[in-house]
Amino acid sequence: MAKVELVVNGRAVKGEAEDRTLLVHFLRENLGLTGTHVGCDTSQCGTCIVHVDGRAVKSCTMLAAQASGSTVTTIEGLGLNGELHPLQAAFREHHALQCGFCTPGMLMSSADLIRRHPDGLDEATVRLELEGNICRCTGYHNIVKAVLDASEKMGKGAEKAA
Amino acid sequence: MGVEGIGARVLRKEDKRFITGKGKYTDDMVVPGMKHATFVRSPHAHARITGIDVDAAKAMSGVVAVLTGSELKADGIGNLICGWMIHSKDGTPMKMGAWSPLATDKVRYVGDAVAIVIADTKGEARDAAEAVEVSYEELPVVVNALDAMQQGAPEIHAEAPDNLIFDWDLGDEAATNAAFAKAAHVTSMDIVNNRLVPNAMEPRATLGVYDSGEDHYTCWTTSQNPHVARLVMSAFYNVAPENKLRVIAPDVGGGFGSKIYIYPEEITCLWASRKTGVPVKWVADRTESFLTDAHGRDHVTHAEIAFDSDHRILGLKVATIANLGAYMSLFSSCVPTYLYATLLSGQYAIPAIHANVKTVYTNTAPVDAYRGAGRPEATYVLERIMETAARELKISPAELRRKNFVKSFPHQTPVIMCYDAGDFDATLDAAMNAADYAGFENRRQEAAKRGKLRGIGMSCYIEACGLAPSSAVGSLGAGVGLWESAEVRVNAVGTIEILTGSHSHGQGHETTFAQLAAERFGVPIDSVSIVHGDTDKVQMGMGTYGSRSGAVGMSAIAKALDKVEAKAKKIAAHLLEADEADIEIKNGDVRVAGTDKSVPWFQVALAAYTAHNLPSGMEPGLKEGAFYDPSNFTFPGGCHICEVEIDPETGTTEIVQFVAADDFGNIINPMIVEGQVHGGLAQGIGQALLEATHYDASGQLLTASYMDYTMPRAVDLPSFTVTNTVTACPSNPLGVKGCGEAGAIGSPPAVINAVTDAISNNNLAMPATPQNVWAALQAAK
Repeated sequence: MAKVELVVNGRAVKGEAEDRTLLVHFLRENLGLTGTHVGCDTSQCGTCIVHVDGRAVKSCTMLAAQASGSTVTTIEGLGLNGELHPLQAAFREHHALQCGFCTPGMLMSSADLIRRHPDGLDEATVRLELEGNICRCTGYHNIVKAVLDASEKMGKGAEKAA
Repeated sequence: MGVEGIGARVLRKEDKRFITGKGKYTDDMVVPGMKHATFVRSPHAHARITGIDVDAAKAMSGVVAVLTGSELKADGIGNLICGWMIHSKDGTPMKMGAWSPLATDKVRYVGDAVAIVIADTKGEARDAAEAVEVSYEELPVVVNALDAMQQGAPEIHAEAPDNLIFDWDLGDEAATNAAFAKAAHVTSMDIVNNRLVPNAMEPRATLGVYDSGEDHYTCWTTSQNPHVARLVMSAFYNVAPENKLRVIAPDVGGGFGSKIYIYPEEITCLWASRKTGVPVKWVADRTESFLTDAHGRDHVTHAEIAFDSDHRILGLKVATIANLGAYMSLFSSCVPTYLYATLLSGQYAIPAIHANVKTVYTNTAPVDAYRGAGRPEATYVLERIMETAARELKISPAELRRKNFVKSFPHQTPVIMCYDAGDFDATLDAAMNAADYAGFENRRQEAAKRGKLRGIGMSCYIEACGLAPSSAVGSLGAGVGLWESAEVRVNAVGTIEILTGSHSHGQGHETTFAQLAAERFGVPIDSVSIVHGDTDKVQMGMGTYGSRSGAVGMSAIAKALDKVEAKAKKIAAHLLEADEADIEIKNGDVRVAGTDKSVPWFQVALAAYTAHNLPSGMEPGLKEGAFYDPSNFTFPGGCHICEVEIDPETGTTEIVQFVAADDFGNIINPMIVEGQVHGGLAQGIGQALLEATHYDASGQLLTASYMDYTMPRAVDLPSFTVTNTVTACPSNPLGVKGCGEAGAIGSPPAVINAVTDAISNNNLAMPATPQNVWAALQAAK
């Protein structure tokens, strides 16, 4: 068994898990944070994306033990002080989700994308950089619109807010 | 139209939980004592089972039980069935081979379930599943439908000689032959519709809970139609009587058809929960989904179309072979028959049509409805051959179509359907304008200067939605009626719950359905809740597929709202001492028209429940139910235009423009309708350019992960231009037609017509991968 100590969404947590436990399963099963999903076995779909020490990581591709000592933000912690994150608001405003299953990963990935492009984004860049997130419902049309809108609204403050 | 009523772009009520990670999907469910299941699956595509040794697995750490098909059969659990009877042209019934939830004697495709292992953790269940020793005697394998029909092909089911399930005809063969005899021009084509894997992002999952105290079962499942699941599991699979079985489909992460069916896993987990006394959860991993979710399409067709000297269509002949995989899935038989051949008239007045469809077993995953279900296959045949004919006749593809459009309604086709409304010129014009069709030649020349091959293609589709009039489908072999139910409960404080038998797994029903009540009573949609997906809450329903939730589900709600409105007006007339005919409900008030006399909506509701002052003889309460059975299918139609640029050096296709002009009848929420179109287009474009399902000769699925099966990603798709025209549907109270499948139906032929236009080679199969396009370019040189 591996000992796992993390700061998740601002709260220090401790736990034990089988050595082979993936971070996504630790979050879902040990911590009950079921907003992070599992959609494939090959690190392709992106429904499991969380932030580890500020960067987007596919939590199905990291052992919980590997993450021990890190600060993790999941979809449940994306909003600020009970308010929706600008990306969450933009996803709703632009109808960028349907079944909602890919949405948490898509949001966490997009937040990192905006953080890495504080001077703004264009459609081609958004489409290219969302390569690691698959959505079967929306055809991406409204996701791209929402990410561009949030990026614009967050402006130069993007790095800080994300 | 109110700000939240019919026609308003209301933001979705359900979004908050999804964007904050609070959605509740089946895999998120946890109950006390829950254990985890893994299925032992066949690694062979065709083999006889000669022994199953579970002893080593049972002895492993954390293992609760290892159960096999013989135990399941001994407990009386039934075989899976196909719920739509098709008769061959010689009158014999379809030949359905037995499908046991856990195979006992033979396995027929890679992934066929053989045993279930239940353990404390998913990891332990997986470890133990590896220790189950199944002995197989391998048998010859056939994966391709044409090969399966050859003499001497391996026999997959003893019930189906030559692997033929049925040989079915529709239309008048003699009249069609006579039409062809008069033809001035005949275009012939061989057309393949590639097999697809639906790939809802949420893998299938189920949690079976048996309560021994109540002798009661609860099944959480990723279903598009929980009531149908309960009905089938009770009536045919012997799991439990309906009153002892609750099926809950909570948030479901996409379906696209693949979650209509009742699969072996739900049945087995419910049974295993009773057998072991523990709740049993199973969640598919992605490769399991690829292997065992019902696939879509997989048709091989020869088609011929005859024209007179004025380019009017005289007749159409279609011969299709459909691969149904190793077993007949729940609705597999109706997809290549009544959902396919009945749409072969398309948007055109065709005097004579004859279709023959043969369905066959192969050693592949079962094939059933996938977004569009039969209608994309029909549209692909017709719109590819129309485009090809236009090229052969050297006339504009748009004008050839326009000349042959159905112009007056109702229009009876030679293949059952009676189109009730439409304006095909209007959608064609709207699409051509939006695409600047007239300016294409300039764009082609400009692209050529950059070394790119630019092409344009169109597709004019019609589909039959709003499934479906119960007596009509009953006469065609359906085992169920396809009505929908609704119940409108007005609470004592005026808030409203609407119970529906439709199921939302991305379609936004919680918003759209609430808009109907907002429109009717002027109440805010936040005071209206939609209840669905639980057989304990909603009495009965037929679920969501075939673009039916608007046309059928919302029509049932409209009927129930009629009854509530009528009773509310009676109560208000009594309270206001006015004539019932003078009462109107507006902006949350119930008023006497033309006066200032009114009573707030909530007071009418309260009066219904206090019952202190009701009209004489009236029952208390304000709650009404309705069943709506449609009188006809609905017929959405439209025109899609695709423009591509191809790099001749690499064969890579870029979609530079995609226009969809659709007629969905009246629209309740344009934002949600546009979203449905976007998603359908992505799946149709995925089929046309990217998605291929490859089995090797031994029946191994080579494309069983996202590393191998090309899902459309953001970078593969353009932003779409979506527009619409409206002819209201005359057969339902809201005038709606349905929009969920149109994108996937109209787009594949538009894309392939564009690509073949660009490369000047009409001989190109889907998906038009760079490799296929490059090869076609070389062949055309």
